[in-house]
Amino acid sequence: MSKKIIELKNVTKRYNGVVAVNNISLYIRENEFITLLGPSGCGKTTTLRMIGGFEDPDEGDILFDGARINDVPPYKRNINTVFQRYALFTHMDVYENIAFGLRIKKVPKDEMDRRIKRMLKLVDLEGFEHRHVDSLSGGQQQRVAIARALVNEPKVLLLDEPLGALDLKLRKEMQIELMDMQKNVGITFIYVTHDQEEALTMSDTVVVMNKGVIQQIGTPVDIYNEPQNRFVADFIGESNIIEGIMHEDYLVEFSGRKFKCVDKGFNHMEEVDIVIRPEDIDITEPEKGLIQGVVTSVVFKGVHYEMLVEGGGFEYMIQSTDMQPVGANVGLTFNPEDIHVMKRGS
Amino acid sequence: MKNKAKYLAYPYIVWMAIFIVIPLLLVLIYSLTAGNVNDPSSLSFSVESYTRVFDVMYLKVIWKSFKLAIISTVFCLVLGYPVALIISNVKAKYKSILLMFFLVPIWMNFLLRTYAWMAILSPNGFLNRVLSLLGLPTLSIMPGQTAVVLGMIYNFLPFMVLPIYTSLSKINRNVLEAAMDLGANNFITFLKVILPLTVPGIISGITMVFMPAVSTFVISQLLGGGKELLIGNLIEQQFTVQRDWHFGSALSIILMIMILISMAVMSKVDTDNGNGGAPTW
Repeated sequence: MSKKIIELKNVTKRYNGVVAVNNISLYIRENEFITLLGPSGCGKTTTLRMIGGFEDPDEGDILFDGARINDVPPYKRNINTVFQRYALFTHMDVYENIAFGLRIKKVPKDEMDRRIKRMLKLVDLEGFEHRHVDSLSGGQQQRVAIARALVNEPKVLLLDEPLGALDLKLRKEMQIELMDMQKNVGITFIYVTHDQEEALTMSDTVVVMNKGVIQQIGTPVDIYNEPQNRFVADFIGESNIIEGIMHEDYLVEFSGRKFKCVDKGFNHMEEVDIVIRPEDIDITEPEKGLIQGVVTSVVFKGVHYEMLVEGGGFEYMIQSTDMQPVGANVGLTFNPEDIHVMKRGS
Repeated sequence: MKNKAKYLAYPYIVWMAIFIVIPLLLVLIYSLTAGNVNDPSSLSFSVESYTRVFDVMYLKVIWKSFKLAIISTVFCLVLGYPVALIISNVKAKYKSILLMFFLVPIWMNFLLRTYAWMAILSPNGFLNRVLSLLGLPTLSIMPGQTAVVLGMIYNFLPFMVLPIYTSLSKINRNVLEAAMDLGANNFITFLKVILPLTVPGIISGITMVFMPAVSTFVISQLLGGGKELLIGNLIEQQFTVQRDWHFGSALSIILMIMILISMAVMSKVDTDNGNGGAPTW
């Protein structure tokens, strides 16, 4: 494993007495693409700004390459940021925007030219050197902002919802471009978003936050398949969250019957939350189902139908290409590994 | 809807014609004629009023007007920019209070404020009494150019502060953070980002101070004690004392042209600055 480049130790930040980030600890490895994910107000942007040096933590330490950087001002940190609204210098053209950091470092003219040219190629903006930034589209401005940050060859790049202002199609394209860029330049990316799909698509590691507290850290697959609590299950993707009781290892009860599952390590008869993803449930004839129910709603979503089935004391959401009309009696089946048992949290 | 809306502009067009275009034309006509202004038939074309302006005595007055206006404008800029910077950086609740300090004096009569300066600066005025009370030598700045410049700075400073403040408050905080993020300390951020972005505010501040300063006659009359004749006083005298409307009009037209040239130069500076930004490094 590569070494830790940034480490947060018991970091807390308050604004006028209101806690924005509550005692979080986290480390980020070199060349990792890590995403801070959560709803607005969860503390993800505050965390990013503390790493960038724009906010001082009230408690705890921030380490960069093992050294404490709490008191190092942003302009002395080997970190660059792509801001939410790009924050380009509107009084300069594309070239000068990208050159800003290099001019401060007094990089020789020919080297500067070479690096800027390479950046423009990387962000696919060759020939835009002397365009005024106001004349660019949102996507192009975004790429200038990325080039302006990357040209300084920082060890860590912070990205604060950089694609938030773009339309869906452009956002998807930029997601791929960013991932490619990150692999090509070999820089650690710390990415902030509230878009769970974006987080799952792009990241090596996802940090789910809520109310200033880290809920779960893991790979996208772990976060999606093994949510640690109700919040994560609810926030990441669609899910059916059912209350149940854990009888023993590999045996859980919900919706009025017992199911085999793959989870263990709970207390006898412990109350738990169970997650079943809508796409993991199949619709069958009623007698073949583990749970019987009646379809109460059908919505066409393009790639699949989203149906609500009332049965077993719960309204299950099911995503399937196999449509059953409202009022139909159906059976629901799922495999033991599709049942995710979580500790009942606060 | 669009077609109907344009009728709303008609009263304004009429207003402009009566109160701006026609008077301007009259001034132009008077400046280019000689004869009795009350008897249109006696008027004949003449450029004599313009040639008279090139008398050394008048040129000196014009030069002095520009000199004092430029000095006042420079002082207003040097004093006003930091003030605008301070106001834009304080907390929101103090912002309006600080702005009020600059706005309230404007609501008071201009003449009254200038008389107040007379009371402060005159030989037996407030300032000298305080100085002699402290055992310090008294100053004789009024009547004189220093007093005129002080009066101009006092009266026109808010017109410098407000446009600069406005352009400062338009700068997104993110942009300043971006500069710091890219390695700029506070000084470089100011020089390379804040200052260039506030050029439009500086230009309009300079315009709004320079124009009234170069054409004032009240401040120079009251604080100059009649000794410091400026182009504004010269024009006023032609209409009220000398009754030479032709020469007064010619002076007004020349002042207008010189102001227009100054403004054209300023806006050239503004547009030059917008390109690339490389020359500023």
